[in-house]
Amino acid sequence: MSPYFVWALTLALFLLVLAMACALYRLLKGPAAQDRVLALDCMYMIGMLAMLVLGIMYSSTDYFEAALLIALFGCVSSTAMAKFLLRGEVIE
Amino acid sequence: MTEGIIPLWAQAVVGVLVVAGAFIALLGALGLVRLQSYFERVHSPSIIATLGCWFIMHATILFFSMLEQRLTLHGLLIAMFIAVTVPITTIFLMRAALFRARRNGQNVPPAVSRVVSSEPAAHDDAEHGGNRY
Repeated sequence: MSPYFVWALTLALFLLVLAMACALYRLLKGPAAQDRVLALDCMYMIGMLAMLVLGIMYSSTDYFEAALLIALFGCVSSTAMAKFLLRGEVIE
Repeated sequence: MTEGIIPLWAQAVVGVLVVAGAFIALLGALGLVRLQSYFERVHSPSIIATLGCWFIMHATILFFSMLEQRLTLHGLLIAMFIAVTVPITTIFLMRAALFRARRNGQNVPPAVSRVVSSEPAAHDDAEHGGNRY
């Protein structure tokens, strides 16, 4: 692979880490509980994108399963937390 | 970096797509930091789920199709899954936030269903008159 390609992937990973730091700031600071849940929702999506970029970087399809699992569990956990905020319990 | 080499033009396209997707992700996360109220903030991560996710998904599809010399569409699975689930999650979160704001007595639009509010909905609509935040 050309060195520019490697640089582009490294830059993309750096940008994703920066984005995750922004979401982490909102997760730690967020005035209300729903802000924290929203930040966590954002973070799992950025983590999933980082997994895909890592898969391209190491030319391996193994990272794809990790990304799919993050997407799956992130969706379920966000819905569960939203339900908790709405009702005070997850399963009624 | 392993043994597989893809053509230079594909490297260029994949690189541009990946950097663009990561930049869009940064943009969405910055919106999460900079916007003022929760009801504005809930909009900003959706650009990650749409444009950012689709950029990187296209990069993944192009890269692995070039690497393995066949059409590999597994990236599409993630993008489809995200496109289906993220609106549901966002609507759930939005409803939870509205419910909590209403319960705390903040100035948000009244409930459409009559379960939450004790007053009749028609009276509520006449009094508050639509979308006041």
